[in-house]
Amino acid sequence: MVKGVRFKNLRDAGDPAECAGAHARDGADEIVLLDITATSGNRRTLLDAIRRTARSLFVPFTVGGGIRQLEDAAAVFDAGADKIAINSAAVRDPALIGRIARRFGSQAVVVAIDARNVNGRFEVFAAGGREPTGREAIQWAWEAAACGAGEILLTSMDRDGTQSGFDCQLVRAVAEAVTIPVIASGGAGSARDFIKVFRDGRADAALAASIFHFGIENIAQLKRELHDASVPVRWPC
Amino acid sequence: MIAIVNYGAGNLNSVKKAFDYIGADVLVTARPETVASADKIVLPGVGHFSSLQALDRTGLREALLQSASAGNPFLGICLGMQWLFEGSEECIEVAGASIFPGKCRHFPSSVKSPHVGWNSLAVQEGSRLLRGIAQESFVYYTHTFYAPIVTEIAAASEYGLRFAGAVERDTIFGVQFHPEKSGDVGLSILKNFCEV
Repeated sequence: MVKGVRFKNLRDAGDPAECAGAHARDGADEIVLLDITATSGNRRTLLDAIRRTARSLFVPFTVGGGIRQLEDAAAVFDAGADKIAINSAAVRDPALIGRIARRFGSQAVVVAIDARNVNGRFEVFAAGGREPTGREAIQWAWEAAACGAGEILLTSMDRDGTQSGFDCQLVRAVAEAVTIPVIASGGAGSARDFIKVFRDGRADAALAASIFHFGIENIAQLKRELHDASVPVRWPC
Repeated sequence: MIAIVNYGAGNLNSVKKAFDYIGADVLVTARPETVASADKIVLPGVGHFSSLQALDRTGLREALLQSASAGNPFLGICLGMQWLFEGSEECIEVAGASIFPGKCRHFPSSVKSPHVGWNSLAVQEGSRLLRGIAQESFVYYTHTFYAPIVTEIAAASEYGLRFAGAVERDTIFGVQFHPEKSGDVGLSILKNFCEV
């Protein structure tokens, strides 16, 4: 498992199955495993990692990366994921969202959107942030929801790994444009950032990686602070 | 032996995995004969209410109803709980088991649908399924339609309105949330079911 900064400078963050279990014990409400290299060669490695992770994980488990067609999604569900996250493949073929949703239900389909502020406009990037798509993030989120997505996982590429706070402007614009839950991602650095993204960003959920993997913020302590700030959160857990 | 009924709706692996984890003897089956011979039955399911039609086609409906009325403990999860009601607005052509009164309805437009995430339970005293579960314990939900509050409510949750989180009559139980995805609280509920 690795974690980067703005999608680059990846550093090793440990074994996914072990980390997932540890985070769940610490109070994580959901585990998201993203295969950010997602080459066809390591599919078997990914499926094996999903199986090992899912075995003793009893919170929702979402897996993304490299899902290009219905069969890929089916293999990931079969290995033990509760939800799949699709990104580039959905941009290329939005009808894929509906195909997976019809077979496995909308609740199992998360559309992941990586967006970057380009001259004041939030543009969607595909292929792990390498390819500009020309699409506008808010419009794309709305379209993905209309196609049958159950949730949006929205990552600010500008904030990813920086621990400088979520992009509340981006999150709020998307959260107000769709009627499905929006998970904010990218930039979490402190409990205050989470409180801000729930209040100002109107996020339905928030995801963090760096601060949890590297032990900067303790999940239980974070949730306690959210609870004390009257943010509805599973506490105690 | 506990039979987990496979009628093609959703991921049964996670339900089986949770029962395996607590050491229960479970079997995933689509055969009415196996269901009829099981000591306990779990009817899981996520997705559209119409997928419950498969129970009618395959003879599973009769096997389930006979077993439950003979007093074998029955646990419906999510769509499996909704089946215990009369039906759902989601698909009016498919009849539920009518063990509990009322129909499942869509959440009001004042809240985001589906209702996804952790929510707390107002637990009714005396529930066998929720024995030892603390008031306001959090469980994981993912659903668009909700079952109404009935007299046999075991726990209620709130999302835009109060709805049935769990129902219970004798040895027939239903939970709208996913105990197999609700951490230690969920595993305790499954253990309670095993011990009924």
